[in-house]
Amino acid sequence: MTTIPSAERSLRRSGLWMAIALVLMAGVYVRALAFTPEEATQGLVQKIFYIHAPSAWVAFLAFGIVGVTSALYLFLKDPRLDLFAASAAEVGTVFTTTVLVTGPIWGKEIWGAWWTWDARLTLTLFLWFIYLAYLVLRTAVEEPGRRARYSAVLGILGALLVPFIHVSVYLFRTLHPMPVVLRPGRPELPGSMLVTLLSSFAVFTVFFIALLARRYAWARLVDARAQGEAERADASR
Amino acid sequence: MASLLAEAWAIAAKDLLLEFRSRTAFLSALVFTALVLAIFNFARDPTAVSAVDLAPGILWITFAFAGMLGLNRAFALERENHALDGLLLSPASRTALYVGKTVANLVFVGAVEAIALPLFALFFNVPLWPVLGPLVLVIALATLGFVAVGTLMSSMAVNTRFAELMLPVLLLPFLVTPIIGAVQTTARILAHRPFVELMPWLKLLAAYDITFVVLCTLIFEFTLEE
Repeated sequence: MTTIPSAERSLRRSGLWMAIALVLMAGVYVRALAFTPEEATQGLVQKIFYIHAPSAWVAFLAFGIVGVTSALYLFLKDPRLDLFAASAAEVGTVFTTTVLVTGPIWGKEIWGAWWTWDARLTLTLFLWFIYLAYLVLRTAVEEPGRRARYSAVLGILGALLVPFIHVSVYLFRTLHPMPVVLRPGRPELPGSMLVTLLSSFAVFTVFFIALLARRYAWARLVDARAQGEAERADASR
Repeated sequence: MASLLAEAWAIAAKDLLLEFRSRTAFLSALVFTALVLAIFNFARDPTAVSAVDLAPGILWITFAFAGMLGLNRAFALERENHALDGLLLSPASRTALYVGKTVANLVFVGAVEAIALPLFALFFNVPLWPVLGPLVLVIALATLGFVAVGTLMSSMAVNTRFAELMLPVLLLPFLVTPIIGAVQTTARILAHRPFVELMPWLKLLAAYDITFVVLCTLIFEFTLEE
């Protein structure tokens, strides 16, 4: 049971995390833009890599969290786990959207097309669809207990589905001829780029934790207020 | 175990008897399937794309959508007059309820497929007899996985707002693996490719079936009221 003051306190604390994450992020992007050499063949557009790749990592991390907290919810029936899973799903959707937006911008420049049915691209697209289904399901069920159970079931099934989609789109790609001209191999990263990339991964992880903490604190505050109102309504009756 | 199967069979038999007496869902699914197959014929330019190239995709999209109609029916039936409460009060376990519903859905979708397949062969001029064995195997594998997940999803979707729309939103991402697998294998079967080429896909379909049948059976009880 969450009280309103304690939820407000965690909301304030998450603000501190946000501030730290944003300062670190600014640092990484100053480094990425000004102090990391430009990639020789790809040019400036390669810088999007420092947003794209860490977003993808966080998107899958968030989905893992949804799966694990969903499974825990079904065992422990603690409503906080449901709120946590929902917060992770929402934040994960934002990062998946970032991946799907930044990818085509890079792809148009390097592959010559906004979209290809590349295995990883397809997997991310379906990850996004599963996230959307999860969020849509939550809006379509009124009763909180039922909403929590339903979304936990979908969260677990979805987490298991991701590896299957990965294998199917991979098989689909490797058994088919693919465009060879527009697909350069992965560049081997020189040291300074690697440092920038790894620090962007770290910063995105901090940013994700901050957003998740903030979204979760917010969800608990909304929950606590709704409970408070319900109690007041009971008392006045 | 024996009692579980007996209870599951009782539930499946009840559903199938209801369907057999009214036949509304079955007939509308059949007419729907025939219409989709006929309309798809106009989605291609017959001089540019040969029927066999397009046929596997058309077959599986038709099966998936016709199957979805059947799945929506499974729990919508129990909503009327709160029939589901009666089932939950009966001594049958919740696992038996899931297994029974899945079996009834499999029979329903399988029957639609059995009638749609010759129609498909007729419309798209595909000789079926020489490839019937492997094709039936693929259809069975893909349908099992799709119906196992779909039965679970329909038990949730029926209690949401916009239930008819919610089922496809929940279920379609889960159809990626069965549909890609089925389309790929069907295309190879119709092109008379050696059986070895099907193996990676058949293994994937089998792994999907095993994973989701087990998982859905275990997790189903959480979609019901405590």
